[in-house]
This record gives sequence, structure tokens and C-alpha cells, in this order.
Amino acid sequence: MASLEVAKEVKKPKPLSTNSAVAYAVKDLDVDVVSAYPITPQTTVVEKIADFIANGELDAEMIHVESEHSALSAAIGAAATGARTFTATASQGLALMHEILHIASGMRMPIVMSVAMRALSAPISIWNDHSDVMNARDAGWIIYFVSSAQEAYDTIIQAFKLAEDPDILLPVMVAYDGYVMSHTIEPVITEDRDEVLKFAPKRPFPYRLDPDNPVTMGPIADPNWFYEIKYQQVMAMERALEKAREIDEEFRKTFGRGYGIYECFMCDDAEALIVAKTSYAATLKTILPKMWEKGYKVGLLRLRLYRPFPVEDFKNILDKVDAVLVIDRAISYGAPLQGPLAMEFSSLIVKEDLKLNLTSVVAGIGQRRMIDSDFENLVKLAWESRTKKYDRTIFYGVRL
Amino acid sequence: MSRFKQLEIPLKPADYKSDIEPTWCPGCGDFTVVRALTQAFSELRLPPENIVQVSGIGCSSRAPLFMRTYGAHTLHGRAIPFAIGVKLANPELTVICDVGDGDLFSIGAGHNPHVARRNVDITVICMDNQVYGLTKNQVSPTSREGLYGSLTPYGTVDKPLNPIATMLAYGATFVAQTYSGNPKHMTEIFKQAIMHKGFAFVNVISPCPTFNKVDTFKYYREKVEDINKDPEAVCELIECPTKDINERGHDPTDYKMALELAFHDLDHYYDPEAPVPIGIFYKSEEPSYEEKVEAVKKRYNAVENPSPEFIQSLIDVCIPKEV
Repeated sequence: MASLEVAKEVKKPKPLSTNSAVAYAVKDLDVDVVSAYPITPQTTVVEKIADFIANGELDAEMIHVESEHSALSAAIGAAATGARTFTATASQGLALMHEILHIASGMRMPIVMSVAMRALSAPISIWNDHSDVMNARDAGWIIYFVSSAQEAYDTIIQAFKLAEDPDILLPVMVAYDGYVMSHTIEPVITEDRDEVLKFAPKRPFPYRLDPDNPVTMGPIADPNWFYEIKYQQVMAMERALEKAREIDEEFRKTFGRGYGIYECFMCDDAEALIVAKTSYAATLKTILPKMWEKGYKVGLLRLRLYRPFPVEDFKNILDKVDAVLVIDRAISYGAPLQGPLAMEFSSLIVKEDLKLNLTSVVAGIGQRRMIDSDFENLVKLAWESRTKKYDRTIFYGVRL
Repeated sequence: MSRFKQLEIPLKPADYKSDIEPTWCPGCGDFTVVRALTQAFSELRLPPENIVQVSGIGCSSRAPLFMRTYGAHTLHGRAIPFAIGVKLANPELTVICDVGDGDLFSIGAGHNPHVARRNVDITVICMDNQVYGLTKNQVSPTSREGLYGSLTPYGTVDKPLNPIATMLAYGATFVAQTYSGNPKHMTEIFKQAIMHKGFAFVNVISPCPTFNKVDTFKYYREKVEDINKDPEAVCELIECPTKDINERGHDPTDYKMALELAFHDLDHYYDPEAPVPIGIFYKSEEPSYEEKVEAVKKRYNAVENPSPEFIQSLIDVCIPKEV
């Protein structure tokens, strides 16, 4: 067990916020170009990277552009030349990038972007929920949700390896909770740069802009070709699922830490499951053991790789329980279930002909406070839902 | 002033202030903007219910909250299109944009040429602190070369954008600059900008005491000079002997000299002796966008509320006649 030996090596953790952890990963990956526009709560990611560049710890170009629309456009331009490219944003910034999100994935640019998730205006909210990323989910990006600063550091490294794989060549988003994670400090082990680059070596983008081999990127595709090019994205996204799993496995063997493409916590013998992501999943992991002692046999399915969606894995997990409660931190207004993630689990249940109750819960919109007792209530609700069906989305914690 | 509804009994400036305490840092230049605006509203006898203040995102964009008028806190860079919508829907309203240099000259810069060339009758007040304050110290499009920010630890290499020259080039019909250290001058400029029929742009030098330690009140106090009062100030910026400068200083109807002065607006960044010009650079009476739309309607005999008979008469024209 080589992985355990690596894990035994004592590495001193650094106290880092998730934003700083992301910046450290960018430094250790020797990223070539970073473009950004400041937006709360993302700003300190690129500030830290600017420090690394200024101190000579990272040899990269930092482009301070005039909007997020330009930030991602500049990133695409840089990636097109074969440079390893990173950008970061949040909320309105991600929304302003929307048309460019599709261009990045359509041009198959291996860009990695971190998103410190935040609510969308109006009214103005600088606080955390998942509206920004859930609104961008159909843009053809691989999407990870991470639950700790350490996982953010590790996932940025995995993300570059996945994005730059010649069989994949898709942009990757690594998302975490604004403020709750972006501005709180946790112990993070950072790895030796040589080791990181050995794990995720820079791979020359096969179709880059090269004067010796001139190409035009993204020109018009008429109805005879557009569909096939889009279908190639479908295929690449499908391949990314197993590739992501392999990369995480390899990461575990190399650095002694791994997460899988999802996490099932206390799932053995569980009769009901809660689906959660980011900090809510981390909090639930502290709640569930206490609830099991009280007789609530509820497990946690922590969503980590969201696009592509691990359908087969989730099918096998859901097959063993009587009920699933899906926590959404975004609202799909007017939809059959207003929790967008709940809708995806609902379609999975129907498609795979599974027999269990699904409960859709929306919570924490605009960072509405959720404390231990709230999570306990949700565990109880998940437990009750084995025998009780809730047809409509429950808006937990809203004042009526 | 007949374009505006006016109060018979004027309100006091304090009556235009809201109960919300400003959240700006102590010593922020933006306090003066609220003071001067409320003073201008009072002196112009504007009914508060006829004023709409639209803002974007940033420290400056909080200004409408602190005044008792209608307000809309919109998106970063999008105050102008929002304000155009308000003005076109109800041209009776006094529409003012309270924005910052980041709003107006980076993310939202694409709107400036079009609002200016169309001469939409709104007033844009840019609180220019030469820094992104709300996201805590990044250089902005108007930051001087070499200014330190959190993304530029060794100073920015970007050249600053010239707000006055760009707005003049875009065809704005009222372009002025004022300074937060001179509330009296600011009030006068705001009054003229609001009264101006057409697009009015006012750049307010509004120092940020928290993050911009270079462009401070102390720095500007010595340098600002009123170009509309002082011919010497004009001659310090441009070569005078060949020009006809009247004794009151720069004549705002002179577009050519306005441009020439504007090109020297940022000289002080590079020349310690150069003054910072404040005052009205340019002012021109031209038909506003609303007036031009009305003229087109009149030319083609547009009817506001067509009767069913009138509509039927238009349809009847198209019915094929029996041969």
C-alpha cells in the first residue's frame, strides 16, 4: 500500500482559506496566464496569485481586465496558444461570462476556473448560495463541488489534469461556498511543485494557434456540421466521468488523499439519504453520527463531480434506500420541482425505475442561516420521508 | 427651468436626505456628492417624487440610498441603460446616474458613446476615486500609472483613461469636472448639469482616503483650478498667446478648446506643476433624444391613441379593390 506510506509522511499544513488554497494550487501547477476582474468573494484568489507573481514564486502573466466577459475571453485567447490558463469569479461575474462559457467548451479549451459561489441579484446579495453555478450548468463545463479548502487545492490539480487530457479537452469549474469557505481558514497541506507537475504535467494543446500550422478557431459551422461538433462535446463529457475517477485514484496513490467522484458517508445500512454538497455536506458529516445514535439511519451522498453526473453510481446507491432528500441551494422557478438538483435525481429515479420517495428541499438561499438544529430537522425529515411523500418542494427556513 | 416641475415652496437640502446612515469610510469624497446633490435639488426646487437616481455597483453606487428620491441599485456597469429606459418611459422625470469610475469606464464603458451621441436627457455623475474601493483596492481605469493595488503589487503599467476627453469625443453636450473638496462648486455644476437639456456628464474627483493614498484631498487641494473663472489656469494647461482667452477663462461653447483642455486634464500625473482643471469644459444646446423622437412622430403624423376607426382606415387601404 504505497498510498498509505505517502500519507504517513508528516507534512506541516498551512492555515489557508479556500481562496488561498486555490491560489496555492495555481502556483504549484505553474499556470502561465491568469485573467480576472475583482468580485466579492472571489477577489482574494487572484490577489494571492498576484502576490505569487510579484514575489517571483510563479512565472505567469496576470491580465487585469475590464469585466468578467473579458476575463474569460482573455483566458480563451491564452489557452488557444497552448498556455496553461486559469481564471476565477463568482455570482454576477459568472453570469456575465455566460456566452463565453459556451465558447470555451465549444472550442474545447482546457481552462480551469474556480467559483466562490454567491447568490445572483436582484436584490443585491453578496452572500452565498449556489444560484450562479446552477445557472451555468448547461454550458458544457465539467463541474466539481468541493467541501474543504484541502479538497479545493487537490481538485484544482486534478481539474487541470482532466481538462488537458487529449481525450477530454473541456473546461473545468471548481465551485465552493462563498464566505463560508472562501473566507474561513482551514489547515491545508500543499505539495511540492515538482511533484504536482509530475502528476499534472503541462500537455501541449493539440490544436493550438501555431504560426507553423495556421488554424482558425470557432468559425461558422453550417447545419451540416454544427450538430456533430456539439455531439463531440457530449462524448467528451461522457468520457470525463471515468477519467475523473481514474485521476482521483491516481492522486490518492501519489499524495495520499482522495475523494472519489462522490462520497457516500454512513451509507451502509442507511434507510434514507440526504444529498448535499460543499459546506452543508461537511456540516452533515458532524451531525449524522449523533442522529444514528438516536435511531435515524440516514446517510449522506455528497455530490462532488456534478458534470458529468455519475448516473450508474447514484443508481446503485439509491437502489438500497427507501427515501432520498435532496438539498438545493438554488431555485428553478416554476419548474416541476423548484430544486434543480432534486429534479435531476427525480429524473434518475424515473429513468432507472427505482422505488423510493424523493423529497426536494430548498435551503440557505442568500446564505440564510443553517445551524446544527436545522440540519437535524432535515435528517428527521429525510427519515420521515421513507413513509411520507412530499409532492412539493419544501422551502426550509423561509418566513411566510 | 420650465422643463421641470418645480415646488412652490422649496424643500430644505436636509429634506432630500434619507434616514439611512451612509456606510462610506470616514473622510470619503462621496459624502460631498450627497451634500451637493441635495443642495442642488433644493435650490432647483425639484419635487423629490420626480427624481430618479440610478446606480450601478461600487461604493459610489450606494449614494441613492442616502437620499429621499426614487432609486434603483442595478448591476455593475448598467446604470446608464436602466436610466435611459426610465427617461424614455417618462420624460417628465429628472434622471440621474450615480456611478463610479469602475462602473463607467471599465465594465460599463460600452454604453458611454451611445448615450452621449444620442443626447439622452440624463445626468451622469461619476464619483472618480481612481480605485476599486468596494472590492478593497484594485487599480481602476482612471488610476494613474504606477499606482499600487492588490492585483498590482509593483504598480500598474496601464495608462489612465481620460474621462473628460472620451466623453467629449463621444459627443456629450455637457461635460464638466468638479472636486469633493469644494461643495459650493460641485453644487453649481450639478445644478447646471441637471438643467442642461441633453446628456450631461460630470466627473467628480472624489478621493478615497482608505485605499488611494496618492490622489488625496491634500494632493488636490493645491492643484484644482477653475477654468471658467481663471484665465491663468487655462494658460497653465495650454499655450495661450495664440488663443483668444476671455477674462473669465475658458468659454464652454468652444468645443475645440474644450478638447484641448481635456487632453491636458491628466498632465498633473506626470508634471508636478500642472493644475487640475475643474469647471465646465463644454456645453452645447442641441435637440435631445426625446425631442428628436417627437420630431419624427410629428413628421409622420403619429397618433398617440388611435381610434378603432383610424386603425380600420389603415386596414381598408390594403383590401384589394374589386376589378
